[in-house]
Amino acid sequence: MPQIAATEVLIASRGRCNLRTVFEGILHAVLLACAVVSIITTVGIVLVLLLESLQFFRDVSVWEFLTGTKWSPLLKPQHFGILPLFCGTFLVAAGSSVIAIPIGLGTAIFLSEYAPPVVRDIVKPLLEVLAGIPSVVFGYLAVVFVSPIIKELFPSAEVFNAASACIVVGFMILPTIVSLSEDVLRSVPRSLREAAYALGATKLDVTVGVVVPAAMSGIMASFLLAIARAVGETMAVTLAAGATPKLTLSFFESIQTMTAYIVQVSQGDTPAGTLEYRTIFAVGLTLFIFTLSLNVVAQWILNRVREKYE
Amino acid sequence: MSEAAPIPLRVTTPTVRQPAVARNVTELSERAKKVAAIDVDFFYGTHQALHGISLEVPENCVTALIGPSGCGKSTFLRCLNRMNDMIDETALKGQILLDGIDIYQRGTDVVELRKRVGMVFQKSNPFPKSIYENVAYGPRVAGIKKRAVLDEIVEKCLQQSALWDEVENRLDDSALQLSGGQQQRLCIARALATNPDVLLMDEPASALDPKSTAAIEDLIFELKSNYTIVIVTHNMQQAARVSDQTAFFYEGHLVEVGSTTDMFTNPGEKKTEDYITGRFG
Repeated sequence: MPQIAATEVLIASRGRCNLRTVFEGILHAVLLACAVVSIITTVGIVLVLLLESLQFFRDVSVWEFLTGTKWSPLLKPQHFGILPLFCGTFLVAAGSSVIAIPIGLGTAIFLSEYAPPVVRDIVKPLLEVLAGIPSVVFGYLAVVFVSPIIKELFPSAEVFNAASACIVVGFMILPTIVSLSEDVLRSVPRSLREAAYALGATKLDVTVGVVVPAAMSGIMASFLLAIARAVGETMAVTLAAGATPKLTLSFFESIQTMTAYIVQVSQGDTPAGTLEYRTIFAVGLTLFIFTLSLNVVAQWILNRVREKYE
Repeated sequence: MSEAAPIPLRVTTPTVRQPAVARNVTELSERAKKVAAIDVDFFYGTHQALHGISLEVPENCVTALIGPSGCGKSTFLRCLNRMNDMIDETALKGQILLDGIDIYQRGTDVVELRKRVGMVFQKSNPFPKSIYENVAYGPRVAGIKKRAVLDEIVEKCLQQSALWDEVENRLDDSALQLSGGQQQRLCIARALATNPDVLLMDEPASALDPKSTAAIEDLIFELKSNYTIVIVTHNMQQAARVSDQTAFFYEGHLVEVGSTTDMFTNPGEKKTEDYITGRFG
């Protein structure tokens, strides 16, 4: 009776089987715990931001916070209008984009369409190196190297100015634009290029008229991700852009970004639990919402690009 | 299939059976030579894909290139508009003449060549643009800017490719919304828009259903009065239906070339016979 024999084997192996099940269970639990840690951390951070901000908004109205044009929580009389900080962040994001978008897109097009493989093999790792330079290095480069040049060219410029921050942040976000844009450009199907070439298109026609438009949404997404990085960038702007919250569009004045303000308060003597201290949570929350929405939009666009070609 | 009409026979004069290369096809050979390959060798790196191909393509005829996968027929087709230039480390020896002028000689304007020798690919590859812009692309890169002229070209080419009636009212819709067969006919219209002399087709119907295939074949038959067509196909029946001249490729060699009727009824080589009767391939 082979069936009974098989059952006996099954019963006999039950002990081992149990051990295996237990082991599988433990493994499952450990892996789940790993996943839960990151989720809890995220939720925790958002909760802390929200709760502390709520405390802050008991004393300062949301309206005043969002529309006030003066920011001086650490000095009397106190003002809690985030617009000057927002303006500083906007200046840095806009200025760095002006530098990074043309250079980045140009590099991406060059790498994907024009560069021979040898050149690509050299340039791509170099860009990785650029991406790996610590932002604090960019920060003091801005102060000791870029800022003097700007002062030379524009004598009216202050020592700490938005322009120098914009330039170094522009180079910091360059690798994001180049590597993402290059990916989407290269993912444009070869058949589209061949179709265009077969119609008597020149390389320029193919690149400008077919490849770049076909990759446009992905390129846009790379811009958004890069801008999100510029908005969140902290060290370089803290060092280079100054600490003067100011509602200005001049690149040659000292300004302050949201991130730089948070650094200023976090490392300073502001006692915990005070209204001044809580401002950083409100600013942090604003920053978080801002970068999160940029990231979400960019990811949404990138996913749509992937669907189109898969 | 109760009312299936008898398939109209596209008769070309049968010729006396002769040895493969020397086979002389009277009617075809009397026509002007639009394209002529003379002793063409082609290399991918060190791999030789074509061996001494000599083939003449008569004007306003359909020439079918047949043969098993990897036999070099697509490679040969892509030599005719120098599409292989874009693949790194390829080399061609020999001559390919278009109207008697070697297209591989120094100083050939490849862009100009490709305007004269259009191409339709195996997989329909419309640009992710509107139907109108797809057809207008060729004329636009050729420098035509006037909207009225472009409108006229677009309408004419879409009519020639038998697509006009289906898309007339939605020229601004994305070309990607069309069905597979429609997309392929759009690609043909796009190729016609540069007003080429020669149309190369690389298995244009292989990804299509029978109905769309029939539409494309009818279209090829219509087009040959104005264009010289070279078509690569895996489908023996298709080659028999649409072409006037057939060239059989095998392992990079041109085994046999001759008028289609002749070749299919009376193949000159054992290999040809085995292939077209489906014994291998």
